[in-house]
Formats: sequence, structure tokens, C-alpha cells
Amino acid sequence: MSESTETALGLTESRSIGGRILKAVVYLLVLTMFAGPLLALLVGAFGDIKDPTQLSIVPSGFTLENFDIAFDQGVLKYLLNSFFVVGFGLLLQVSVSVLAGYALARKVFPGMTLAFVAILATLMLPEEILAIPLSVVLADLPVVHFNLIGTLAGMIVPLGAWGFSILVMTEFMKDVPRELEEAARIDGAGDFRIFAQIILPMCKPALGVIGVFGFTMIWDQYLLPLLVATDSSSYTLPLALRTLRIDPAVTPGVVMAASLLALLPSVIVFLFFQRSFVSGLSSGALKG
Amino acid sequence: MSLDQADPAALPAAGPAPRKVGRRGGGAADRRVRGRRGGRWWTPWLFLAPALILSLYFKFIPMVNAVTMSFQEVQPYLGNRWVGTDNYSTVLQSHGFREAVWHTIVLAVGQTFGAMALGFALALLMEGQSRRLGFVRSAAFLPVVVPMAVVAELWRIMYHPTGDGMLNSILGLAGMGPSGFINDPDTSMASIMVTGIWRGAPYDMMIFLAGLTSVDRGLYEAARVDGASRWQRVRHVTVPGLRSVFSILFILAAIRGLRVFTEVFLLTNGGPNGSTEVVMTLIYKLGLEQNRLGVGAAGAVLLFVATLILTVIVQLLRRRESK
Repeated sequence: MSESTETALGLTESRSIGGRILKAVVYLLVLTMFAGPLLALLVGAFGDIKDPTQLSIVPSGFTLENFDIAFDQGVLKYLLNSFFVVGFGLLLQVSVSVLAGYALARKVFPGMTLAFVAILATLMLPEEILAIPLSVVLADLPVVHFNLIGTLAGMIVPLGAWGFSILVMTEFMKDVPRELEEAARIDGAGDFRIFAQIILPMCKPALGVIGVFGFTMIWDQYLLPLLVATDSSSYTLPLALRTLRIDPAVTPGVVMAASLLALLPSVIVFLFFQRSFVSGLSSGALKG
Repeated sequence: MSLDQADPAALPAAGPAPRKVGRRGGGAADRRVRGRRGGRWWTPWLFLAPALILSLYFKFIPMVNAVTMSFQEVQPYLGNRWVGTDNYSTVLQSHGFREAVWHTIVLAVGQTFGAMALGFALALLMEGQSRRLGFVRSAAFLPVVVPMAVVAELWRIMYHPTGDGMLNSILGLAGMGPSGFINDPDTSMASIMVTGIWRGAPYDMMIFLAGLTSVDRGLYEAARVDGASRWQRVRHVTVPGLRSVFSILFILAAIRGLRVFTEVFLLTNGGPNGSTEVVMTLIYKLGLEQNRLGVGAAGAVLLFVATLILTVIVQLLRRRESK
């Protein structure tokens, strides 16, 4: 037993028969507890489930009827709305974060502390606390007088400046070596070239982190779309689940089918970018 | 792993140290600074503009509006009327709001401690490097990335109140139930809590796992030599080594708990009989369904103040601890 694999409980390195059985039982229990309900959702989406009591992790038949009905109910439209919001939302969020991160990490200028504190302060002001005034502001943006209520843009722009992403970017950009930048500057490169051609390409790991976190954060939005959407034409998929459920003609199987479509994108993103996700969690991603 | 990066108090300290070299600073020392600063004085502000403008529009202006609205009777088309602290006294004296505050605290405390305890246990059980273990951990982590709206719809079906509902059949196997779960005022709060813990524990588990890698292996060895049992190792080596992780998770979960909305809105919407009404569902009903924007805003400002106080207290405690 080498020292490097030693763990607090010493359970995982146990090789005895008792230890192995215990391990198997523990892992099975954990899987049932956390993945079990999701398995039931998967089975339910493809099963003939007319009543909530039929939900089970044991498949009973296979049908695509739930998806057919879900699409008849406009689920495809809601899914497209969700993709639109997450696509443009993420693009905006990442652009805003890398630009702000560059200024905060690579520049020294008067008023810098103030800008930094302002970004930090936004972390104290989540959508929940601002819900009511935010809906007023969205109905009539100060100065420019746009009304974003009922538009998908209204679900996107408020998410553009996310303090968490900006802080992750700032921390990461601080660690890019100065020498590269100085050399480029001597060659006469301006700030925008240095930003785009030197700093940004070196920030791929951090881009992965803010990309994954941004995606799951935007995909999970509920209150903001609820404030903005006025009718079903601007619903996102998570928002539409409740409407589907309330409809007496819609069976739980259909709700499960729509739910499956609503969870697949973020689960896929997580599985593909797991490394970014975990590194983000363990290094300052705790804010949020 | 530098979990301390998440410490907001530590961040400003990493800010601009060489500020003392002002814009007027001349001489040779300035050359390096100008090199760093490069370009014109407004270049950094250009880079910051999108972030600051969006924050202004969607964070700071709404916050200022919340404060002004909380002192007004908001009447669309008629103009707002100043009412002083009336909204605050309405909120603070209403039985419903005090109930909601109590429910919010119960839910936040229960979910925070439940998720941390379960997450810590899971992390201890699943610490290690084998591939199979990695698979189990990823599977256990899935609930964290599932949208809350899906979690709520799924659990609604699992919580079906008749004896042949999914969770009730499991309770039945153990000779218990059937429970009304979210449909029974006696169990509705606990049911929401369980759902929240189900989604929160794997998140805490991942953070604990990251923290566990930084616990000194030599101490385990030393504890073994001293004849410490497993339990003593965990208690006297692991837990003290994870102290900062515990406190970070605690404050984050507590603050998140205070503004809980989606799961309550979708699972019970405050019912049955107001038994799960929390501050945010109440604010939503007041402000956006009944259009009593001023009263709702006053509730939101109080929620903000509570969050702020909690953050400051924890920061002060942590700073004292680290001294």
C-alpha cells in the first residue's frame, strides 16, 4: 500500500473480501440514490406512463409516443428558445468576462480598485433579490427606453456580466508571463493585438471553466425567464415543463420526455468537459 | 488546491500593489509602468465597459430601484407616492412574512447541514483514484447539473402521495407510509429539504474531495503509528484539515438557501396551507402576481440586508480565525 493512495477512511484501498463487499454495497447504494431517480426519468420518457404511480427504474416497454405528443405541444420550439438563449447568452458572457479580465489582470490604472469592487458587489445581487425592480427595468430600460419583456433578449442581457466568470478570468490572466507581452509591445503591438493574439490563446483552460459553468448557469435559469416571458412563444424549456404538467391532457410520460430533453444538454456538456468542471469547482469556482 | 481563491476578502489584496506610481510619476521607474499600462488612459475602461454597463443596468440600477420602491406606493401610470416606511411595517407586521422567514431559515439550515453531512460522508467513502470510483463519482454528481425545474418535476412524480407512488412503495417495503410528502402540511417542508439535499450533496462532495487531496498524507501515517482508529483519524486529522472548506461551503449554502425559489415554487408553491411559503415565493406573489411592488421591494431589501449581514459576520469570523 503506497503512501500516495492513502485516504482518510482507508476504504478504497481495502483488499480484503469484507472490504470489497462493503465497497460494492456502498457504491451501489450511492448510485441508486443519486442516479436512480434520473434513470427513472429516462425509463419514464420512453415508457407508456399514463399515471404518476407507474414511474419506475424497471423499463416496461419502449415507445416514442411521449416525444411525439411533446413535440405537438411545442416542446421543439421551447427547446430552440433555450438553445438561442444559452448560445447568445454564453457568447456575451464569455466576451464580457475576457475583456474585463484583461483590464483587471494586466493593467494598472486609476480607479481599478473601484472597478474591481463593483464587479465583486454584483455577486451580492442575484436575480432573486432583484426580481421585482429587474422586471421594471426590463420593461423600460433607462435612457434607451427598450422594452425587453416578452423577448428572448430580456433573458440574455441580464446574464452578460457574471462576476464569477470575470473573477476566474482575472485570476487566470494574472498568471500569464509578462515577458511575452513585453516582447510584443516592443514590436509595436497594441493592447487589442496583445489581448487577442497573446493573452487569450493562453487562457484556454480558464475559457473551458467559464464556458462550462456559464452554460449550466444559463441553462438552469428559471426566475429570469419567468419574469420576462409573457406567453408561450417566449418560453424556455425549463419554464414550459410546469405548463405541460398543469395541462390535464398531458401524461407524466410526456412531462418526463420533455424533462429529458431539458436535462440532456447540460448533462452532455458536463460529461464532455468534466475536467474543466472539476478544476473550476476546486479553484475558486466556489463563488456563484 | 487553492480553495482560498474563493475568499472574497483575499481577492482585493491581490489587486494593484504598484498604485503608488501615479500618472505624473516620471523618471526611469516610469518606463516599466508605462510598458504595463500601455496605450491611453481609457484603454482599460474600454475593456471594462461591457461588464460595467451591463452590471449598471441589471444589477445596480435595479438595486437602487428596489430601495426607492420600498419607500413608495408604486402605481403604474399614476406616479409613485412616497409612503415612508409603511411598506416595511406592512411586511414586518404581516403574519405571512414572519412565517415565511421562519420557513426560509428552517429550509436553509436543514438543506445546508444535510447536504454538507451527506456530501462529507460521500467524499470520505469515495476518496481514491481507481477508474471505477471515478465513474461512481461522476454518476453521483449528475443531479448538480440537472436543471432545477427538471429536478422539481421529477420529484413531484416520485412524491406521488398514494401508496403506489414511487417513494411510497419504497417506504412500504420498509413497513412505513404511505406519506403525503409535498401534499401534507406536516411533511411538505421535509420533502422539499430532501430534494434540495439530493441536489446539493454531490456538489459538496466534489468540493470536499478536492479539499481531501490537500490533507497531509504524512499525518494519516503518523496517526496510524500512534494507533489511532479510523474514526479518530477522520476526527483529528481530516476534519481539522478541511476547516476552511467547511466554512466556505457553509456560507455559500446558507446564502443560497436564503434566496431559495425555484424548487419551492415548482414543488408546492408555498402550499399546502402555506406550510412551505418562503420569502422569495412570497415576494414573487406580492410583487408580480398581486402587483404590490412597493411591499414586495421592501421584502427584497430585507432579504438583501440579511444576506449582507450573514456574509459580513462569516467574513469577520474567518478573518479572526486565520489570525
